[in-house]
Amino acid sequence: MSRLLMAETATIHAPSVSYHALAPILIVLGAAMLGVLAEALVPRAERYTVQLGITVVGLAAALVTVALLHGTSETTVAGALAVDGAGLFIQGSVLVLAIMSVLLIAERSVDVGSAIVASAAVVVGSPTDRRLARTGLIQTEVFPLLLFAVSGMLIFPISNNLLLMFVALEVLSLPLYLMAGLSRRRRLLSQEAALKYFLLGAFASAFFLYGLALLYGYANSVDLPAILKASQASPKSDVLLFVGLALLLVGLLFKAGIAPFHSWTPDVYQGAPTPVTAFMSSCTKIAAFGAILRVLYVGFNATAWNWRPIVWAVAIASMAVGGIFGLTQTDLKRVLAYSSIAHAGFILVGLVALTKDGISSVLFYVLTYGFSTMAAFGVLMLVRDADGEATHLAQWSGLARKSPFVASVMTVLLMSMAGIPLTSGFIAKFSVFRAAFHVAAPLVVIALVFSAVAAFYYLRIVVLMFFAEPPENGPTIAIPGWSTAVALTFGVVVTIVLGLFPQPILDLAAKAATLVG
Amino acid sequence: MHNPALVILVLIPLIGSVAVFSLRQEQAKLAKQLSLAVSLIVVVYTAVVGFAFHTDAHAERFQFRGSWSWIKAFNVHIAVGVDGIALVLVAMSVVLVPAVVLASWNSFDSRSGAEEIVAPGAKQRSVKNYFALLLLLEFFMIGVFTATDVFLFYVFFEAMLVPMYFIIGSFGGPRRQYAAMKFFLYSLVGGLLMLASVIGLYVTTGSRSFAITDLIGKVPDGATQKWLFLGFFIAFAIKAPLVPFHTWLPDAGAEAPAGGAALLVGVLDKVGTFGFLRYCLPLFPGASRYFAPTILILSVIGILYAAFLAIGQRDMKRLVAYTSVAHFGFIGLGIFAFTTQGGTGAVLYMVNHGLSTGALFIVVGLLIARGKSRNVDDYGGAAKVTPILAGLFLLTGLSALALPGMSTFVSEFLVLVGTFTRHKGLAVLATTGIVLAAIYVLYLYQRTFQGRVSEKVAKFRDLNVRETFAVAPLIALIIVLGVYPKPILDVINPAVRATLHDVHQSDPTPDLGTAVGGVR
Repeated sequence: MSRLLMAETATIHAPSVSYHALAPILIVLGAAMLGVLAEALVPRAERYTVQLGITVVGLAAALVTVALLHGTSETTVAGALAVDGAGLFIQGSVLVLAIMSVLLIAERSVDVGSAIVASAAVVVGSPTDRRLARTGLIQTEVFPLLLFAVSGMLIFPISNNLLLMFVALEVLSLPLYLMAGLSRRRRLLSQEAALKYFLLGAFASAFFLYGLALLYGYANSVDLPAILKASQASPKSDVLLFVGLALLLVGLLFKAGIAPFHSWTPDVYQGAPTPVTAFMSSCTKIAAFGAILRVLYVGFNATAWNWRPIVWAVAIASMAVGGIFGLTQTDLKRVLAYSSIAHAGFILVGLVALTKDGISSVLFYVLTYGFSTMAAFGVLMLVRDADGEATHLAQWSGLARKSPFVASVMTVLLMSMAGIPLTSGFIAKFSVFRAAFHVAAPLVVIALVFSAVAAFYYLRIVVLMFFAEPPENGPTIAIPGWSTAVALTFGVVVTIVLGLFPQPILDLAAKAATLVG
Repeated sequence: MHNPALVILVLIPLIGSVAVFSLRQEQAKLAKQLSLAVSLIVVVYTAVVGFAFHTDAHAERFQFRGSWSWIKAFNVHIAVGVDGIALVLVAMSVVLVPAVVLASWNSFDSRSGAEEIVAPGAKQRSVKNYFALLLLLEFFMIGVFTATDVFLFYVFFEAMLVPMYFIIGSFGGPRRQYAAMKFFLYSLVGGLLMLASVIGLYVTTGSRSFAITDLIGKVPDGATQKWLFLGFFIAFAIKAPLVPFHTWLPDAGAEAPAGGAALLVGVLDKVGTFGFLRYCLPLFPGASRYFAPTILILSVIGILYAAFLAIGQRDMKRLVAYTSVAHFGFIGLGIFAFTTQGGTGAVLYMVNHGLSTGALFIVVGLLIARGKSRNVDDYGGAAKVTPILAGLFLLTGLSALALPGMSTFVSEFLVLVGTFTRHKGLAVLATTGIVLAAIYVLYLYQRTFQGRVSEKVAKFRDLNVRETFAVAPLIALIIVLGVYPKPILDVINPAVRATLHDVHQSDPTPDLGTAVGGVR
């Protein structure tokens, strides 16, 4: 008995944990716990303020620690987590954009209460629901939920261990499923979106897990470096490796909203409360690309020739789906959803490069895209009619006559997404295409063609806003509160400044382009 | 190399544009005066720079060069400089802007009734925005001609679309949405193909810089060069526009307000032909020679096809747009004939065409402002009512058909001579274009200004001083350059020769056996 015990203690070492490297994650998790406590202890009237404070302070503190960690390049927790340049860059981007989303969620002056429902559990359309809808109450759990999701997003892109990556995937996904269902207006649509997202998400997670199991069968380990080593030296058949990778990718591509695993995106983006959509379209996407980057570059670097055609195919599919189906949409949130699918395709083009340039261009792209899309969803929150946000394209015609300023802001953001020079979107596209050109010139040309296709629907919105006459009883432009104003201004300013003077962030991305194996 | 002369030139209209944008809507009058003042300052400044340009044999190819690092990660510089070709095009552009400002003075006023034709039910447009957009466009126009860094050129080339898009879309005619969209998408597709080539250029040359001087002669001959050439060529061919990439121009030219159309056809389209000379030929000499026969044939087709279409047009602005497509055929011919006469003629043609088509769009716009219709059939006999307008219209028309004594004659003659020394058949075919030009110009004049005075036309008022001053200087320039083109030819010639040197072409020695008269 005692010998058995001794044998166990001899084989299991407590892994050394470098707490300072994990500080951002711990801070966000701590803030989330605090939020849960506040939910239970703080009186209802003050909850909103307290939760907002905890969330913003928590995220900002995490951001500061990420900034302090710059230059770190180590693995910790027995190699399961890799705190390195790319990981920190992704974490920093997620945190900045998460703060902006919180500011959008905190918006209370454009709608009664906020964009978030008063009580998600109340039956839609019931008398209680109608009564609550008129009050300024808000389901403040959304703040801790967001913090939990962010903590998952912080772990996801730095996991060198697939099992841990899976846990992070679930940690980031589960709160998102709930948040998607929290819309104050059009609640049934929102709940439908949440259910759809949950079912498809669970399905995708299962794929991920299955792939993980097959890879374990191949490499006898779920650590990415071990898988790399096995694939370099192994005389074994590669079937398990590639089937495993394919299944793993299904799960990852789903989270990043890449065709052909994109079908949830338009519905969920449309149904979810707009600030939550902003959060999903920027932070989730960034975290997912961080994870894809790590899996492909750290775990499957040696087998690039085998997965590159797959990435080519999904990139083209994504650009085509996003570009072509986006043309047929009449709802702005759906248009932006398809635009995000197309952009995911462009980012994949950079991923094909498999060089340092490739990594840094992907990092730069996800960051700039995050800012543009975040601000664009922020603008959507302001254009309203009696039923809430007016997202139908026809309602936007002649918007420039009512508010030249809002229309100009939206135009800048759309031009950036279309990749017109002097905006950040152009620099991002250029750097991605430049990185990929030497290995994938045809792919770059295809990507440019689809940029033109996608540009059509961005321009269509501009045409509507500026050149069409406004309808009789069109929507009004709400005056945003301070929080939305801050988030929007920041997003737009970054979009313009990074178009004119991108050098500092390009430098940062270039320095960050390291992945520890 | 930090000569700020050109950067200042580029920045003046930008500052002016920002100033005009920041005015209040009610300050329309101030906006106009400010725009005119800024555009005139730019003209004076350009003249000063132009006189300091050296044309002697040992002069540098690019002068007033300035270079500042912009995006270090891509080795992109804000690099500016002008050779003779760029200088004369900048000069032409800046001269056109005050003319356009003067001509569109009352185009969008509510009091006097907007002079432009607008869609039924369209509301009042912002006057100050129009003038601010004009100045913004001027900023991009000067930028695109003075950039010597391929990346910077691309940025100007694409960004230039935005103000023009808003000028057409916000201030254009009834079908302005369609026209603006078509214009933007055509140009954008071309631009994106060019972007692929820009990246390809960077990767294949292995050059650590985007500066044009570092890239010349670096692209290895072969298939790669042909692909890269096509990316640039299609972008420029759409912009120019060369048949069969021309279909956007009649729509954009017809729907744009007259002033906008003058700049669109007069200047923006020159960027395409300028691009051939500055980028296609020097960077891809092998591919240029390889594709030249095809391009020459397309040019001749363009000359004849567009001239026939112009004859058949009833919409005056579409007619002028088609004449431009025909003229771009001549320019293409001159460039790809690879002779100094052809090249010099083509550059001079660009300048003349900018002035003469700009003036033509303006006078047509003035006529349309009176008749509120673009249809030729609604006019007739206007010469008796508005003699000054008729006179200016006729002079502008004659410059468009290249009457001897006008500068357009010099350029057309040079292009045809330059082409004849290499491609006799094509030159002969192109010459028939001159006859067709006479038909469409005189036929247009006859239908609008001659004949019986209709009741509507009888109420027309003649040009006032402001309107006369918008057109007269342009015509004066055309005549002066027609009589004494030497100064401008001296500026253009060295640059063209340097370009031909880059393509490894020299003028063919006339074969004395067959050359006409054996005159040497």
